[in-house]
Formats: sequence, C-alpha cells, structure tokens
Amino acid sequence: MELNRPPAVRRLSTASPVTARPPRTEAPTLVNGNGNGNGNGNGAGTVNGAGQTSSFVGARRPDRASVPTIDRMAVEQVSIAYGSKLAVKEVSLPIRQGEVLALIGPSGCGKTTLLRSLNRLTELTKTASLTGQITLDGTDITTLEPTALRRRVTMVFQQPNPFPMSVFDNVAYVLRDQAKRRPRRESLRPEVETALARAGLLDEVADNLDHPALRLSGGQQQRLCIARALAAQPEVLLLDEPCSALDPRSTAVIEDLVVKLREQVAVVIVTHNLQQAYRIADHVGFMYLGELVEYASATALFGSPRQQRTKDYVSGAFG
Amino acid sequence: MSDATIGGGVQPITPAPPSTPPRQRQSASGSSSAWRLTDRLGLAFAWFLGLLFCAITAAIVIFLVVQGIRFLRPYMLWTNPKVSYTQSGSGGFFDPMIGTFIVAAIAIGIAGPVGVGVAVWLSEYARPAGLARAVESTVEMLAGAPSVVLALFGILLFESTVFAPLSYTSGGVVFGKSFFAAGAILSLVALPYVVSSVREGLQAIPNHVREASYAVGKTKIATIRRVLLPAARPSVITGYMLGIGHVIGDTAIIVLLLGDTETFQGVGHVPILGILRGTGSTLTSYIFDNAPTGDLNQPNKAYAAALVLLLIVLGLNLIVDVFGRRSKELLWS
Repeated sequence: MELNRPPAVRRLSTASPVTARPPRTEAPTLVNGNGNGNGNGNGAGTVNGAGQTSSFVGARRPDRASVPTIDRMAVEQVSIAYGSKLAVKEVSLPIRQGEVLALIGPSGCGKTTLLRSLNRLTELTKTASLTGQITLDGTDITTLEPTALRRRVTMVFQQPNPFPMSVFDNVAYVLRDQAKRRPRRESLRPEVETALARAGLLDEVADNLDHPALRLSGGQQQRLCIARALAAQPEVLLLDEPCSALDPRSTAVIEDLVVKLREQVAVVIVTHNLQQAYRIADHVGFMYLGELVEYASATALFGSPRQQRTKDYVSGAFG
Repeated sequence: MSDATIGGGVQPITPAPPSTPPRQRQSASGSSSAWRLTDRLGLAFAWFLGLLFCAITAAIVIFLVVQGIRFLRPYMLWTNPKVSYTQSGSGGFFDPMIGTFIVAAIAIGIAGPVGVGVAVWLSEYARPAGLARAVESTVEMLAGAPSVVLALFGILLFESTVFAPLSYTSGGVVFGKSFFAAGAILSLVALPYVVSSVREGLQAIPNHVREASYAVGKTKIATIRRVLLPAARPSVITGYMLGIGHVIGDTAIIVLLLGDTETFQGVGHVPILGILRGTGSTLTSYIFDNAPTGDLNQPNKAYAAALVLLLIVLGLNLIVDVFGRRSKELLWS
C-alpha cells in the first residue's frame, strides 16, 4: 500500500513556511478503532481537539488490490491566477495510473482550479493565466490541441450533467466526430456498452438505452457522466466532487467504482469530504490558500500529518 | 375596531382537546374572517381585479365565439371572397386564410433561423462586448417599433430595384407589395420573440453542462449543435409560436405591404412564385376591410373570420403552454 513518495514533496515542504517544524511521529498512537466495518466514518463532525487526528482513521477502506503504478501526468511548479488573484501557488504533483489522488482542502483553496488546469478547462475563463508546466506522458499539454487533450484527460463534474438526449446518445456523443450525427448506431453499440459497464451502469440501463438520460436517478446520472468520460478512453480521469450532490448509497457505489477504475486510468478526485478521501485515495494532497501544504499517502496524511495546518484541517479544527 | 380585531385574532386559536385528532388545517379564505379590516379590503380588491380581468377576457371571447358561430358557415373556409353588396353573396375567406399561412411561413422561415443564430451568438459568444450590446438594443428596438413604421420602411425597400423582382409589378410600375415583402418585414416582428425565447432557453442551461461537453474534447460548435440547441428546443418552439402568433395578428404591415386585395393577384406565369410575388390578403386585413367600419362592411364575414383567427391563435398558445411545461420538466439541478 505504501507507495513511493514523489520527489516533489521535499521541494514543496521546504517552500512552505510551516515546514521548519520537524515531522511528527507520535500520530499512529492516536488512531482510534472506529473499524465498524460499514465504512461510514461519520466522525468528521466530532472534533477531537487540536493535535489529534481524525476519528475515521482506521475505518474500513474498500478492498483494493495493489496495482502497479505508471506516471501519467506531472504538475511542475504550476501557478494559476485569475486576473491578479493567485489561486494556485507553485504546486508540483505526480499523477499516476494505478492510484487515486485526492485533493482536499477548504473552499477556495484552489483545488478545483488545479484540477481544471489539468485538461485546460481553466482556459475557458478569460482572465485565467498559468505558469509552470503540466505534462501528459512527457508532453507539455500546452502543445496539444485542447480537444485532443480533453479526450485523454476527461472530467466529471459536481452536478450530474447528462446531456438532454438518450442514455445511449450521451455516451455515443463522445465517440462521434465533433458535430456528426451518427456514424452507424449499431457500430457504436459495443463501445457504448463497454463504457457503461466500466461505470457500473450497464446492468441498470441495458433495457432502456433509449430513455432520456435526465430521467435517471442522481446517482445513475453521475455514473452515466463517468461512463461518458470513460468512453473517450482517457488516460486520466478528473472528478470534481462527484458525490457531493448524491445520497450515501450512490456515493458508496461511485467510491467503489473509482477505486476499481484506478487500475486502468489515473484518477484525480477533488473532495470536500475527508472521510471519502481517506476511503478511496492512495495519495492525498492537502491544499490551503493555493498552496499544496502536504502531499502524502492517504494513511500517512490522515494518520500522521507532518504539517500543523494539515493536522488542524484533518482533525476538524478549521475548514 | 381594535376589540374586534384582537378578539378575532385570538379566539379562533383554541387548542383541540387532547383526545380528539387535530382539526384539519383551515383554508386561507376560511381564515381571512379573522384578518384586519384593511387586509380584508385588500384581499377583496385583489379578488375584484382578478375577476374583472377574467370577465373582460371572457366577454371578448364569448362575444367573438357567439358572433362567429352565428355567422361562420363551412363554405366560407373554401370559398373565395366575392364582390357583393349582400352578406350572403360575398363568399368566404379561403384566400385570406391561405394568405395568413403563407405570410406566417415566410416570416418564421426568415425569423426562425436568423433569430436562433442571433440568440446563440448573444448567449454563447457575444464578443466584442460593444457589438453584443448593440445587437441587444437593436433587437429590443425592433420589439418596440410600431409595425406601421416597419411597413413604411418595407415599401421603400421593395420598391427599390434590388428587391423589385420580389414584388408586385404591373405595366412596369413596381408597387413594393407582395407576399415576399410582407413576409420579410413581418419576420422583423417575429424576430425579437424568437431571439429572447431562445436566448432565455440557452441561458437556463447551467454552465457545467457546456463544460461537460468541452471536457470530453468537443468543440464549441459541436457543443452548441448537439447539446445546447437540443436542450433549448422547447424554447425554440415557444419562440417560433410566439413569433407566428404576432405575425398572423399584424394588420398594418399586411395592409401596406401585401396590397390588401381580397383574393390573390399573382404576377407572371410561374405557379407558386407568381402568387408569392403578387398581392393578396390575410385574415387580419380581411377582418379590417369587412368590419362595420371598414371599406367593404360585411360584419358577418368579419366575425366569422375573427373566430377562425382567434382559434388559430389559441391553438398556438396551447402549443406554447405544452412546450413551456415540458421545458421545465427536464432540467439539471
């Protein structure tokens, strides 16, 4: 489970003002035995007090096979500004296939901006500017066509947003050339069904692929959005708080799905929900005021955070 | 007053005996007897106004329906107007009815695509900002312009050599009147309705839906064609229907630009083109002429035609209603 710590961490740690403090080591003793087996770590609301870690550490995490990791993207010294306001400050991170990277932090800390910069969606905002470099399989993403990049790095949003068409067409839309209508519906069927199956939705919708997608339940809609994002056969899947509009059961389904998907694609998930990050992430980046304060494996970041700000945040002292 | 108010305000709230089930919630009108006098007067005034408007509308509709049913005969729907001094001899309004459909088709045929295009540009591009503002105020100005003014401009336009082939010519004289001319200028009447409806529909689509399309590598054009316009389809249809409703209700442009000849007066020998280049009338101009104050003064025919026109407009409103409701049905949270 313990994966290699990336070289970037050291550089970030020294850049951050709080880093003079030596890493703490006593944390593992604070882990409480909240292993009630159902994985619903509702302990986030209870603040254990400063200096303690979260009560959900030690709770059940979805079963996960150890998967070989492949470096997909590298974020190097990336700063993003909206006008003169700096939203992301000199962040460096690796994004690997075979693991789920969770970005956590309070609202407005730049985690969503960072996520959107990975497939250049930030460019849709006129005032946004980016310095530093993001590479995908070694290629600077600014040298790629945005449309080509966004097929390799696809994204799922906070609100389920299926297109106002049938379930089938939602997925087929991605497979078709830009504005073309239909290059043979039947020829697309296998690919559409594969994508739906990978998103764990096929069994539920197999009989009514022609039903309007907006009639599905919220959780199904969000899995359809994941299927849509997977249909492009991406290398990286970006998830921006994909469960925040969903009920707990749908959330659990999507979390299991995300853990499974990491074997085939690199997954980056932004979440407000610390328990969720703990449950599904392999590595976690904690962002605060645009800085990447700490990047570590999920068990390390939640169990023994090295930065005081991380510790305060994951223990519920602020956020 | 104060005694009554206070007493009235307090007394109805008597707690039910604990053993009996709770009383049913009183309706708003039932409980208003406990209100203050000014509130009761206000409520009564609101009721009065509401009923008054219903009564006025009902009076118009009932008057038209009664008069229409009295005078409308089936033969009128397929008989052309004839010149006669008696109401029984003056025929029906087949040509005016077809005329209404022709102008509506031409007008919406122009205003539809143009309006959707303008709305898409305003909603999705709108750069440079100055031009967007200018287009916006132009559309607003069109919506506010009296149709007579537009008609005057239309006559100038279609008398000019460029557009002369599209208008009624007789003995080398260009009259600047034709179905083309009327339809083209009527499209300006319909345009603002199409633009504002489609634009509203597009702006109701949350931004994350657009981004979802970009995020799977689609271009802006593909997103507009395959996601946004299909999502806004109910608004497009609503805009079309509102536009048509105003087109078929317009009289000034028809009288000035269609020539107001009771039957079609074609030009040349090409079958359909000849009619479109020629003059004619619509239900509105037919009613205008046959009204008790009109040139022809055949009020029975006017009432019959008015009923037909009213039914067409009510039908269009029904379509708008259905699609308006459907557009609210399927939305993103």
